[in-house]
Amino acid sequence: MKTLEEIKKIREEKRKELDLRVNTSADTREKHILVCHGTGCTSSKSPKILENFRRIIEEKKIENVRVIQTGCFGLCAKGPIVIIRPEDVFYAMVTPDDCEEIIEKHIQNGEIVERLLCKDIDNKTVKKLDELNFYKKQKRIVLKNCGVINPEDIDEYIAFDGYKALEKVLFSMTPDEVIDVVSRSGLRGRGGAGFPTGKKWSFTKMAKGDQKYVVCNADEGDPGAFMDRSVLEGDPHCVVEAMMIAGFAVGANKGYIYVRAEYPIAVKRFQTAIDQAREYGILGKNIWNSGFDFDLEVRLGAGAFVCGEETALLESIEGRRGQPRLKPPFPANEGLFGKPTLINNVETYANITKIILNGAEWYASIGTEKSKGTKVFALGGNVNNTGLVEVPMGVTLREIVFDIGGGIPNGRKFKAAQTGGPSGGCITAENLDTPIEYESLQAIGSMMGSGGLIVMDDSKCMVNLAKFYLGFTVDESCGKCTPCRIGTKRLLEMLTKITEGKGEEGDVEKLEKLCKNIQKASVCGLGQTAPNPVLSTIKYFRDEYEEHIRDKKCRAGECKALMKLHIDPELCKGCGLCKRNCPVDAISGEVKQTHVIDSEKCIKCGTCISKCPFHAIKS
Amino acid sequence: MEKQKCEGCSGIDPKMTEILEKYTEDKSNLIQILNEVQEYYGYVPEKAQLAISEYLKIPMAEIYGVVTFYARFTLKPKGKYHIAVCLGTACFVKGSEQILDRAKERLGIVEGETTKDGKFSLEATRCIGACGLAPVFTVNGEVYGKATVKKLDEIIDKIMENPE
Amino acid sequence: MINLTINGKAVQAEEGSTILEAARKVNIDIPTLCFLKGINEVGDCRMCVVEVEGRRGFATACIQKVEEGMVVKTSTPAVIEARRIVLDLILSNHDRECLTCTRNGNCELQKLAQEFYVDEIEYQGSRNEYEIDDKSPAIVRNFNKCVLCRRCVATCKKVQGIGAIDCIERGFASQVSTYKNKSLNDVNCTFCGQCIEACPVGALKEKDSTQEVWKALRDEDKYVVAQTAPAVRAALGEEFGMEIGTNVTGKMVSGLKELGFDKVFDTNTGADFTIVEEGTEFLDRFQNGGTLPMITSCSPGWVRYMELNYPELIPHLSTCKSPHQMFGAVIKSYYAEKMGIDPSKIFVVSVMPCIAKKFERTRDDMQGAGYDDVDAVITTRELARMIKQAHIDFLNLEDSEFDAPMGEATGAAAIFGTTGGVMEAALRTVQEKVTGNAFEKLEYEAVRGEQGIKRAEVDMNGKKVKVVVASGLKNAQTIMEEIKSGKADYQFVEIMACPGGCVMGGGQPIRSSKERATIDIRSKRANCLYSIDEKSTIRKSHENPVLKKIYEEYLGEPGGHKAHELLHTSYVERQKYLLDD
Repeated sequence: MKTLEEIKKIREEKRKELDLRVNTSADTREKHILVCHGTGCTSSKSPKILENFRRIIEEKKIENVRVIQTGCFGLCAKGPIVIIRPEDVFYAMVTPDDCEEIIEKHIQNGEIVERLLCKDIDNKTVKKLDELNFYKKQKRIVLKNCGVINPEDIDEYIAFDGYKALEKVLFSMTPDEVIDVVSRSGLRGRGGAGFPTGKKWSFTKMAKGDQKYVVCNADEGDPGAFMDRSVLEGDPHCVVEAMMIAGFAVGANKGYIYVRAEYPIAVKRFQTAIDQAREYGILGKNIWNSGFDFDLEVRLGAGAFVCGEETALLESIEGRRGQPRLKPPFPANEGLFGKPTLINNVETYANITKIILNGAEWYASIGTEKSKGTKVFALGGNVNNTGLVEVPMGVTLREIVFDIGGGIPNGRKFKAAQTGGPSGGCITAENLDTPIEYESLQAIGSMMGSGGLIVMDDSKCMVNLAKFYLGFTVDESCGKCTPCRIGTKRLLEMLTKITEGKGEEGDVEKLEKLCKNIQKASVCGLGQTAPNPVLSTIKYFRDEYEEHIRDKKCRAGECKALMKLHIDPELCKGCGLCKRNCPVDAISGEVKQTHVIDSEKCIKCGTCISKCPFHAIKS
Repeated sequence: MEKQKCEGCSGIDPKMTEILEKYTEDKSNLIQILNEVQEYYGYVPEKAQLAISEYLKIPMAEIYGVVTFYARFTLKPKGKYHIAVCLGTACFVKGSEQILDRAKERLGIVEGETTKDGKFSLEATRCIGACGLAPVFTVNGEVYGKATVKKLDEIIDKIMENPE
Repeated sequence: MINLTINGKAVQAEEGSTILEAARKVNIDIPTLCFLKGINEVGDCRMCVVEVEGRRGFATACIQKVEEGMVVKTSTPAVIEARRIVLDLILSNHDRECLTCTRNGNCELQKLAQEFYVDEIEYQGSRNEYEIDDKSPAIVRNFNKCVLCRRCVATCKKVQGIGAIDCIERGFASQVSTYKNKSLNDVNCTFCGQCIEACPVGALKEKDSTQEVWKALRDEDKYVVAQTAPAVRAALGEEFGMEIGTNVTGKMVSGLKELGFDKVFDTNTGADFTIVEEGTEFLDRFQNGGTLPMITSCSPGWVRYMELNYPELIPHLSTCKSPHQMFGAVIKSYYAEKMGIDPSKIFVVSVMPCIAKKFERTRDDMQGAGYDDVDAVITTRELARMIKQAHIDFLNLEDSEFDAPMGEATGAAAIFGTTGGVMEAALRTVQEKVTGNAFEKLEYEAVRGEQGIKRAEVDMNGKKVKVVVASGLKNAQTIMEEIKSGKADYQFVEIMACPGGCVMGGGQPIRSSKERATIDIRSKRANCLYSIDEKSTIRKSHENPVLKKIYEEYLGEPGGHKAHELLHTSYVERQKYLLDD
């Protein structure tokens, strides 16, 4: 147990000690080696790197060097990432074998290991993190501590203003004042729908009930999105603190965080954060003698996308199948165990402490008129810099894809980007300059979504993409209501038919009719938004649908059934590699003569394409 | 990772008692308990379901309904080597479908199945959050990023060559 | 009261009522499918979607509550298109073999398809196909016909507290099923059949026994006897379009005779045996320190529930067989002997409001006279089907009497078919036996009525006897927990598996969701039985002259050796789930 005074003391002392983390000219003889321990880097062996550093330092008895695991730096494509502070040197794609060299050269001799420096898109070698184009247009509020602190050390969190917002709220604000600040900040739900957070808090506060709950939705189900995971992995305490503030504001003293079991690192770090907060007396009864009680519990999801829907999530916490409830009543009135419940997602909470400390006006000054603050996106797909980016609302998709993301690899062309995952829609080249905000994205048939942003180049077939998303929805539909259970299946069947060249005249109109009715008649958000990928691809790529149906042609060449492989006689050298590798003996031809594919026999497996050294096989 | 066998058919496995004792008889603990059971045994054995049914006083049909609702719970033991290919959007866009197809072809099973000798099982997973490394697959939880069909082949070959 | 507008009409509705209720009050109909009032109010099927001004998507009429100033439109072109598509989708995944379906003509889905004039499925696609479960002696599940409305699930779980079936898998693969898709025979199902009553389509039905009965009727060697339970006469007329609660005893007997039964007896006579035996057993326990409270055993779904869930409490169960089993045993012993008929040639058909009786017939220790007490059980619905097959003009049948000598029954027996009836009948006999006085007032109001659990106290020569009546297995569970925990301060308990008793049995005519929401079916059927009782000249079982004669001539004392051999049975502990490993 620590008193408030002791916490303040930790903050002061620790902040001095950690100054080198954020100040390149810090007055210190110490060096900190920060090793990214986000899921991406962890999967490419960053724990081994950490272990090697520590071992070498011990063996060599080097002093004044500390090796720290941090949360995600964002640029996952270049992982595992190692950063050395205070000089802020950034090493990319480090392997466990590189540790020796980094220690000897950099730590002991002050030389930079040039070969491990990161190359930017323009091929320039970059020494420091913030010199990278990837970071230039970013603004880190949510991810402020990610990559800076050790997420498993509460003292480091405290050092960077941790639990200071809680202190402010408990001792100098009323619940109404807290809600007022959140309202005025303009913060909106980051789960996708963008409901004003302050309003949600106020509804929950106003609801009658002896027991209320605060819930954190960390069931990040959008495939291709990992913002929430990164926050939980990199800065778990900021979510703990925000949930406590929310609890204080709405009158709840119990919180649940619902995390996907597929995120073991996030689960472990968050549990560690809870344990440490309890140990310090920050969670528990009568916190810092304020009279406020609060405790938190982790509940694991078990692999159901629909549980990201708030009422399905509540069902799941209650131990049942994650089948959504009809609204109204809304959770603010009848939520968990029938009690008034506040549900926000991780990223929404991660903004709270900063808003409390810096004020509503500060927050409201960032972003656009109706969409305030920043948004974290998980940038993926056919883009050079995949990873996590946090940008102020209002930047354009072009800036994200081309400036931050570094554009499309392999000299291909941008075709579309999908936001909002399976609930969202695609954004085409003509809309690249649309500012990123809730309303404008909706106006062009997409949505903000939780932050997945998948870029597609011209090798992607949009009908196939719609089919992919529908396949996902069909798998993830809970099966409760008819339009979603059977309707999405029928959509998928029709799309499959079209991609297999069996589409018929009128199918597109039939799709549209069913889509519109699924949107309007489904019980929950999953069903209501499931048709979006179909409708938006039809909206922007109707000609591609029609080509599939009428001409039995897939211009991207992705739909195998529509593919007709042939060998370009100009390019074929008659080496016979394709013939030898064809699994069905569909290729014939004499050595040094042009080879031919028998399209009757060909199963379009694509083996020949990958084997041909002369790129002679065309579809 | 060696998974534990569900002990004997008579009586309740002491490990099961241990798991149950961590929780109150509140029905809302069902999914928490199932997660632990899945984690420990590698699947949810029938005996475990029965023990939970009696402990939480939830009918077996409801437990079965919950087990079959959540993708993480499985009713059959996984193979010694569990290969999971990520079909999240980032991986999909980078061609993970081809990797899955190859795995199916090599192992002669489809997703959700285990080979007859119990050596391999295959799963198509939703996003595992390693999007920066897409496409990825995992073998017993170990992530292989920026994967290719060739890389998968190499790993399968290596396991197959290994007599045990 | 809440003021709202529905289709331009100003409507007043009580606070807390739904859009559907408010609309029905002013005769505006909204189609429903998954809705079952008080039981399944989930809004899953989406047939009842309506437009509410100012709301983005559709509202769900069956559960959305009315709000002040709400403007509702129930049949705009957009609503109708959505409903039509929903219906189309359901039909696209439905086994549409209507001609060979038990529910042909009484199917809520078929009715919707007619109303929407579906002449072609627009969104055809793959269909789930399931094996039919007909392993149990009572219920057949054909989930190729299931529409996932979950009315059966809610009934099984919430009304009966069993949860033998639930929703499994998810998405398009979702299915209402049992643990691991096992047969109902191999799980904790009690065969109460309430799920069948809840099913809007033909996914759940009784195991048909009419073919066996036709076969026996065709067999000239067989002496085929029908016996009919009290609740059947209060409901059979519904199958022919008659008002709910019409007493059709006379037409029923005539119909059975026309079908070719050699004799038509009244199970009510068997019920009088049950009262005399059960009353004697209770008095014996009450006066000689036997296991109390004693619980009635006429409801086979209830008995199976007990064996599955509370085997340790079996000593509380009366050892009396249920009326039709007793009666079957008497027919194959006393009656056979008296009439000089070879009992092996007698084929006893019980016409019952009950599904579980089909299972009860197959139990061990149900061969009082050395032969199966009962050879076939058909439900009210199956009898109606046989009458229809024979093209008997039921509505214009003359009344007939039950055959002597086994047709005489008391008013006490008639009320067996409703919750509290067995208790009331027993009290009439027991109270008189104990006090030696004949009571003038025979109506025990405290045990009548619709509540699931009724408690009463009866004075017997200064000794108070506390009794409890429960119907519906969820309520039975409450009582069992009281007994188990030692909190029971009562001595005599009547339990019926079906909520409301046999008049609402799983074998009774199936009424639609709308009828269940708007008509008090239970009261109407129960009142029919109470009025039979009221009109009876003899209203106490022990005064039934036929019984007196049979005891004198054949059985000896109630509860005596011979009576035990024929009229009592035994129980077993049953495994709830048949496990694979």
